[in-house]
Amino acid sequence: MKNATITALNHAMATRQPVAFAKNLSDGTEFLLPDPHAPEALNEAGRLALAADKSTTHVLGSESWFIEARNPAPRLVLVGAVHIAQALAPLASMSGFEVILIDPRQGFGNQERFPGANLVNDWPDEALNQLKPDMRTAVVTLTHDPKLDDPALDRALHSNAFYIGALGSRKTHAARLERLSALGHQAESLQRIRGPVGLDIGSVTTPEIALSIIAEIVAVRRGGSLGLRVK
Amino acid sequence: MIDVEDVLSIAASWHGAGEQVAIATVTETWGSSPRPAGSRMAVTTSGKMAGSVSGGCIEGAVAETAQQVMASGVPKLLSFGVTNERAWEVGLACGGKVQVFVEPLI
Repeated sequence: MKNATITALNHAMATRQPVAFAKNLSDGTEFLLPDPHAPEALNEAGRLALAADKSTTHVLGSESWFIEARNPAPRLVLVGAVHIAQALAPLASMSGFEVILIDPRQGFGNQERFPGANLVNDWPDEALNQLKPDMRTAVVTLTHDPKLDDPALDRALHSNAFYIGALGSRKTHAARLERLSALGHQAESLQRIRGPVGLDIGSVTTPEIALSIIAEIVAVRRGGSLGLRVK
Repeated sequence: MIDVEDVLSIAASWHGAGEQVAIATVTETWGSSPRPAGSRMAVTTSGKMAGSVSGGCIEGAVAETAQQVMASGVPKLLSFGVTNERAWEVGLACGGKVQVFVEPLI
């Protein structure tokens, strides 16, 4: 592997560019796909690997190529720089998520409470309009405050986010669904919101609740059986 | 692959510090194997290691091959498998197989 390839891979990761790394397993030739200098069959294999988000060996003609899909990291958008976020943010980033923390209240969302975090001090609806959650984005509201949570959930329901969760008891959640339905969201759409958020692992402490949330997000993302909720 | 360690960046920093580095990459897996394709391990001639390509069962053999690859400059494709009999013998039910590509960082 060339040192310059590592630099290029890191640059792609930092700029959220999807790339496929291709390695000829006989002579060691390598490409970062798409590359106009690479054979078209290789570029096509790179596109397919990225679409499937899967790395594996392909036989093209008489040669074996390892093709590694390097899609941008999945994102977790947390609304509310609260206590649970302090446990959830590091857990999520260790699990490979790029974490974005939204809280317009600077007393909560500041670097002292979240050193090094990607903090956005805008209102959640404005912040989510900017971030445009896609199929690789999870959104979790944590504030318990309808002024902050509701606009975030409203925006999330209008997006392709693969996971939407809202912290709060069953009672809180029922009231929340009524408010969102008054905003015009249909029952089917509201079922996308996981509330109470997280897997039922009997969490008591803050880190345990954070663990249940990240576990459910992983289960949904990877198609694990625990990701399915039976109503 | 996003991992606990950013193995490629670690390898590049060792290389930048003047070390000779080899990179091992899981290129294919069959059956149940502990690490998916794209998992990496970096090794230096001085014996530094980062990352992993299995649950710990083949790292020793891969590190040894990495030393040969750094000496020769020629990449190698390794296959590791657990035969069913052997799996039974050591109490592993998985019978997984992995292929690992070992190459110098240049």
